[in-house]
Amino acid sequence: MNKLELQKKANQLRKHIVTSLHAAKCGHPGGSLSAADIITYLYFEEMNVDPKNPKKEDRDRFVLSKGHVAPALYSALAMKGYFPEEELLKLRKTGQMLQGHPDMKGTPGVDMSAGSLGQGISVAVGMALSAKLSNENYRVYTLLGDGEIQEGQVWEASMFAGHRKLDNLVVIVDNNNLQIDGSVADVCSPYPIADKFKAFNFHVIEIDGHDFDAIEAAFNEARATKGMPTAIIAKTIKGKGVSFMENQASWHGAAPNDEQYAVAMEDLEKEAAALCQK
Amino acid sequence: MSEVKKIATRESYGNALVELGREHDNVVVLDADLAAATKTGIFKKEFPERHIDCGIAECNMIGIAGGLSLTGKVPFASSFAMFAAGRAFEQVRNTVGYPKLNVKIGATHAGISVGEDGATHQCNEDIALMRTIPNMVIINPADDVEAKAAVKAAYEHVGPVYLRFGRLAAPVINDNPEYKFELGKGVTLREGKDITIVATGLEVSFALEAAEMLAKDGIDARVINIHTIKPIDQDIIVKAAKETKKIFTVEEHSIIGGLGSAVCDVVCDKHPAPVYKIGMRDRFGESGPAVELLHKYELDAEGIYKQVKENM
Repeated sequence: MNKLELQKKANQLRKHIVTSLHAAKCGHPGGSLSAADIITYLYFEEMNVDPKNPKKEDRDRFVLSKGHVAPALYSALAMKGYFPEEELLKLRKTGQMLQGHPDMKGTPGVDMSAGSLGQGISVAVGMALSAKLSNENYRVYTLLGDGEIQEGQVWEASMFAGHRKLDNLVVIVDNNNLQIDGSVADVCSPYPIADKFKAFNFHVIEIDGHDFDAIEAAFNEARATKGMPTAIIAKTIKGKGVSFMENQASWHGAAPNDEQYAVAMEDLEKEAAALCQK
Repeated sequence: MSEVKKIATRESYGNALVELGREHDNVVVLDADLAAATKTGIFKKEFPERHIDCGIAECNMIGIAGGLSLTGKVPFASSFAMFAAGRAFEQVRNTVGYPKLNVKIGATHAGISVGEDGATHQCNEDIALMRTIPNMVIINPADDVEAKAAVKAAYEHVGPVYLRFGRLAAPVINDNPEYKFELGKGVTLREGKDITIVATGLEVSFALEAAEMLAKDGIDARVINIHTIKPIDQDIIVKAAKETKKIFTVEEHSIIGGLGSAVCDVVCDKHPAPVYKIGMRDRFGESGPAVELLHKYELDAEGIYKQVKENM
């Protein structure tokens, strides 16, 4: 898929995110929108996955460690054809498949349940270790929030991954700089993030997490990196694509009302129109 | 009982893992810098490539075990009960229990028989914690024979299993050709019509001894071994509630939330009957030789005998 096609997919993904959250009347738009381009690239370009055979053994694995941005993952899975897009409108409803945080038991394509921060990365590390133990070639990707890396378990997992030289593992940090209580730098600074992963024996790549050229280059570099895991620190904008949500901590965990939804969709339609002009 | 063979169930765990490792390539064993104490070192010696030392990071170890289980391995994650069930509780709940992953947790050094290391390492809360997690199976074997059988049963069961082992050498009481381990089935070790003593783990052999002492006083005590605390054998408990006057539960664990509570849950629901819980009475342990501590906290045969007599 070329860059323009990926941008169009990401635009569509963002519309699904906003629409599902509007229908749910609650959830986490900010981080879902900041991670939208990375998740688009993973599912439409990077990962070896097959919606017709979600459990195929040699598939690449993705663990959404920052599980609250489930709407971004669900939208990608629906767009890929793992389940009908109508399911997205039943997000967070009683008795429905799409839980507030990913549930692998009920949702095709979800490789691991997640939501309690700091735990997904350990599972991803276990999957990567497993491939090494049995000489399998699949790769493992995990997406973390920059607030999430305040959890100590992230560094337990990173120490282990570096120690075991898990070069089939890519840890992506969605560095949108905001968490519930404000800027990550003000709440309890995780900076410098890159230096921390370097110290834990990771190959570290810092990119603009909304630039598909940079995203592509980073994943290619990760693939070519041998003998150590890769951490991609993706600088992103929380709420990216929806004017009034961008860089607002208050949109971490609030759904748009009808009026706000209309404005959000208008923003995204404008972006879609601009992409069609290209 | 001096000629009775004694083996700590942690030792049985290490030995059983080796046997399992020989039979199944997908068995992997994880530890958190305690391989010498949890006895997974025995497995490491034979299968170094399948023994994963995670360092002193139990929460991460549980997550790694989860990842291994999702990719075709059957991981046994090992540490002291305090750290496996205590420190990593939320990882066990969310990473293992909720997705129902095929992870086995081998928790050694449970209860006050840890001895000299003292209260920080004596876990009397793990059964209570693990019982609250949906999908979790809890096995607390009484001796070497049962512990080895439990490890095999845990492997065969698809889903999370919490195995509880002790540090102190326990008398081998199940060394007979008829012995058969059935997950979720209690075992009547001694028939009796007056009272029933329901015991688990290390306390089972003490309960048998106590029953002999009670017999001398004319009290006919039934002794039931509950190795699987969850799912618990309801039938054997209801039968005891119906046929004997009082149930005494005995465990090397807090009287809050453990075997005693599990038995109370059954009798409250199915056949209300008086139950007296013998265990750690809502307090912490202390340093000292295991045998002395078991005596001080009335968890040896004499302590059980005394508490039964006082609470008939």
